[in-house]
Amino acid sequence: MAEELTKLICITCPVGCTLEVTHEGKTLIKVEGNQCKKGVDYAEGELTDPRRMVTSTVKVRGGVFPLVPVYTAAPIPKPLIFDLLAELRKVELQAPVKVGQVVLKNALGTGVDILASRNLPAGD
Amino acid sequence: MLKQKYDVIVIGSGPAGLAAAIEAKKTGAEDVLIIERAKELGGILQQCIHNGFGVEILKQDLPGPAYAQRFIDEAEQLGVEVLLDAMVLDISPARHIYAISKWSGFAELDARAIVLSMGCRERTRAQIRIPGTRPAGVYTAGTAQRFVNIEGFMPGKRFVILGSGDIGMIMARRLTFEGAKVERVLEIMPFLTGLIRNYVQCLLDFNIPLQLRHTVSRIIGNSRVEAVEAVQVDDKWQPIPGTEEIIPCDTLLLSVGLIPENELSRKAGVALDPVTGGPYVDEGMQTSVPGIFAAGNVVHVYDLVDWVTEAGFRAGRSAAKFALAERKRAARQVKLQPGDNIRYIVPHVMDKESLAEADQRLQMRVIQPIEDKVWVEVLDGDNLVTRKSQRYVRPGEMVTVDIPQKAYDAVQKADTLTVRVVRR
Amino acid sequence: MANKKYDVIIIGAGVVGCMVARFLSRYKLDILLIDKEADVGMGASSANTAIVHAGYDPVPGSLKAIMNVAGNRMWDTLAGELNFPFERRGDYVVAIGDEELPLLNNLWERGVKNGVPGMMMLSGDEVRRREPNINPKVSGALWASTGGICDPFAVVIAAAENAVQNGVTLMLETAFEDFVMEGNRIVGVKTNRGTFGCRWAINSAGLYSDVVMHKAGQYPEFKITPRKGEYYVFDRAEITINNVLFPVPTPVTKGILVTTTIHGNTIIGPNAQDIQDKEDRSVTREGLAEVWRDATKLVPKLDLRHVIAVFAGLRPGGNAPCKTPGVNYGHDYIIEIPEGVQGFVNLGGIESPGLTSAPAIAQRVIEMLKDAGEKLEEKRDWDPIRPARPRFRDLSPEEQKILIRNDPRYGRIVCRCETVTEGEIVAEIHAPIPARTYDAIKRRTWLGTGRCQGGFDTPRVVEILARELGISPLEVTKKGPGSQFLVRPTKDVEG
Repeated sequence: MAEELTKLICITCPVGCTLEVTHEGKTLIKVEGNQCKKGVDYAEGELTDPRRMVTSTVKVRGGVFPLVPVYTAAPIPKPLIFDLLAELRKVELQAPVKVGQVVLKNALGTGVDILASRNLPAGD
Repeated sequence: MLKQKYDVIVIGSGPAGLAAAIEAKKTGAEDVLIIERAKELGGILQQCIHNGFGVEILKQDLPGPAYAQRFIDEAEQLGVEVLLDAMVLDISPARHIYAISKWSGFAELDARAIVLSMGCRERTRAQIRIPGTRPAGVYTAGTAQRFVNIEGFMPGKRFVILGSGDIGMIMARRLTFEGAKVERVLEIMPFLTGLIRNYVQCLLDFNIPLQLRHTVSRIIGNSRVEAVEAVQVDDKWQPIPGTEEIIPCDTLLLSVGLIPENELSRKAGVALDPVTGGPYVDEGMQTSVPGIFAAGNVVHVYDLVDWVTEAGFRAGRSAAKFALAERKRAARQVKLQPGDNIRYIVPHVMDKESLAEADQRLQMRVIQPIEDKVWVEVLDGDNLVTRKSQRYVRPGEMVTVDIPQKAYDAVQKADTLTVRVVRR
Repeated sequence: MANKKYDVIIIGAGVVGCMVARFLSRYKLDILLIDKEADVGMGASSANTAIVHAGYDPVPGSLKAIMNVAGNRMWDTLAGELNFPFERRGDYVVAIGDEELPLLNNLWERGVKNGVPGMMMLSGDEVRRREPNINPKVSGALWASTGGICDPFAVVIAAAENAVQNGVTLMLETAFEDFVMEGNRIVGVKTNRGTFGCRWAINSAGLYSDVVMHKAGQYPEFKITPRKGEYYVFDRAEITINNVLFPVPTPVTKGILVTTTIHGNTIIGPNAQDIQDKEDRSVTREGLAEVWRDATKLVPKLDLRHVIAVFAGLRPGGNAPCKTPGVNYGHDYIIEIPEGVQGFVNLGGIESPGLTSAPAIAQRVIEMLKDAGEKLEEKRDWDPIRPARPRFRDLSPEEQKILIRNDPRYGRIVCRCETVTEGEIVAEIHAPIPARTYDAIKRRTWLGTGRCQGGFDTPRVVEILARELGISPLEVTKKGPGSQFLVRPTKDVEG
């Protein structure tokens, strides 16, 4: 596998260093442009296992609103984001919903639960 | 049942209002009422379903509604009263409030102290005067956010977003998540106006192109938006002829800035700063009208909700003390004045004695970004009172500097303190 | 052939058509009023300066001058009967610098010839005293006490509503296509919704009045050239103007003025740009720049940061020569029953001061019909009063209290900038002329016209319209078919 150069913006802190990351596939060779060591960790993470928090909504029956917002209890692998969103579209809860309630357990086998972000009382 | 008189009445139940009500109770105010125009507490946080809230003060990364829920629960436990689905029509300088609601009818209330926490509104198409037709399909980012996240409807299929503010970028991702196509984000300034974190996680992650120095020069379509014309601008924000490009889309979202919402403040006779659009405040968030305090985006537009909550705490504490007649009128104040590259400073004035109790925090926005190490300096004339080093300053991120208690003596001599940003 | 036979069909429900309908509704006539749009007053009446002109501007001897002055006199009674907002605040033509001062004399003379009462010449000092925001270089002004301002949407809606109350049939989204002729007599009107018989057809088609009269074989050389005018509206919290301020006029227009809406928002405009497209109400960069340049000459302290809306309107500029002997004027109104065709009342080129003139034109139509031998018999039960519906913001706290007690929906504010309640919106949706779109509610209540421009109220109005009309929020439109706000449920990605 050949060496590649990838540009990333580190978001560990608000400075937002532009990192020039030299790597071979998922193997990190060197990082330039970082102002602290966190940049190297960030680059490493982005190369080997990029993860994101995902927030969206799911349908609710009988609530004051038709949707309730949800979030991942921990970041999930970035390539799974759209699969997760498709899963969430199939979910339909019954009001009332409590904040922190598990909406989807162990989503897509990631070990990460999806939680409700708010209380949603039953409506009329 | 509503009482006729309250120690503290808080107008608006977003993060600033919730914090103010909670802190007013904790400080000893007995009867505290929140008046909220929506059918539930939490303000705009209820539609901000993305995470990123609470990192600074809760040390937790929460979605907006979950962040709000913490404070809603606390307010409830403390016995804060609430009037929902209600609108304040008028406030007199003597703190007499007229409010109406479908449920409680017309109410007249008296407050020993008032906290204004009405937040802000979005700048509209008209305020940036985009030429063209007036079809359906032009929304502010916040209105679209409400439709998508709360009402449960998509306002379009193909979007162009004008403005690289945080709400605009967050909506770009949100719409992409729900199956819409975001063609482009345009920004008239030569720099990003929102946070880099949002640029990376909302735009870069999903290959949504951002064009700096670009704006919308025309809206096309009679019934519904059919396209927009984008154009590059020069250093004076004027369109450069020949750079026009038609982008087909059915919706234009605007994320072009927020304006503190101060119509009620005006009615109460509160003096407003033309730069921030919000009230002039002292270090305890008191406005020009004694007994009327203000906190949050109604004062100036914040970058992080955590600091809004903090300002709410401060205003709630001051309001409760005022209501309990514990807050002394400042004998001697020092003015805080923007210097080089500072657009404004909050608070505008500071009680010189306040440094006897605690460090005092100044919040400000810069005019120009400097991607270099800088000093943020507080000066009395040529004399340095305090300074702090930063790795950069950007208009999109608030700058804070604390005046330490040890500067007490230096501040006593000053009439005006100037804050400036200089390269190191 | 005909679905139904009417005595009179009025083509076009702008201010002229609606006033004619309202005035004719007094008589025992079966009247149909049609318009191609989803609401009344959507053409030239939808965007104008809302001024009731005193009448010193039109060329003496022209129909414009006669109708203007006659119309102006009718407004107090009209406003009282139809219950729309109207204030006779007076207007000024302002001379800036000494070189403009002599031009005021020309207007004074015209005013005298046109029979305009209540004019006065004011000194620069006096104008500065009365209007503190004016350019300090003001050298004098012509003051006309009979000038006024109104809510132009309310005028059209109130007239149409009063007509409907008195038995007129209104059909919207009904576009004129052609006349049905028997020899040289009009006996019917073809529309996209079928053909209707009539004894009289009245052309009040405004921007399309040329097309309609050509179909009747009249004035093939007459042409409407849409004249676009662009405007800015300002936040009333930031600047207020007490009166209507005109610049000294040019030969083409009365110029770009600075005035106030009846709700206290300063408004500037219009420029005058001749265009081809009768539906092009787009605002242009160049046009806005022109309006700004001229308006700031009158009031230098205008500030772009306080603009809350920009819009454009079209005036139906005609090319009819004035028929009064000795008057050389090429843009007069056409108000006549022509000789070449029977059963036709032709109203063409009714541009500014069309709003002011509309009631006088309606009165003239009645006289012309009488002259043509039409036996106009008055209805016994004609009711000239259009009851006003409550406007929450205009009430005293005591009145507000009672209103909310009687109907709690008046206790919920939907538009916070303009203080419009759910009760008012619901009342408009179920009014004699139902408001079925967002813009229709906006024109009636002024909701969404304030500083947030609907940012806050739009989701709520969509919800209320859906609920009251028994439709899905997906079907709610801004201004009729094709202008839906929403495209699908959030979670229905395939939909």
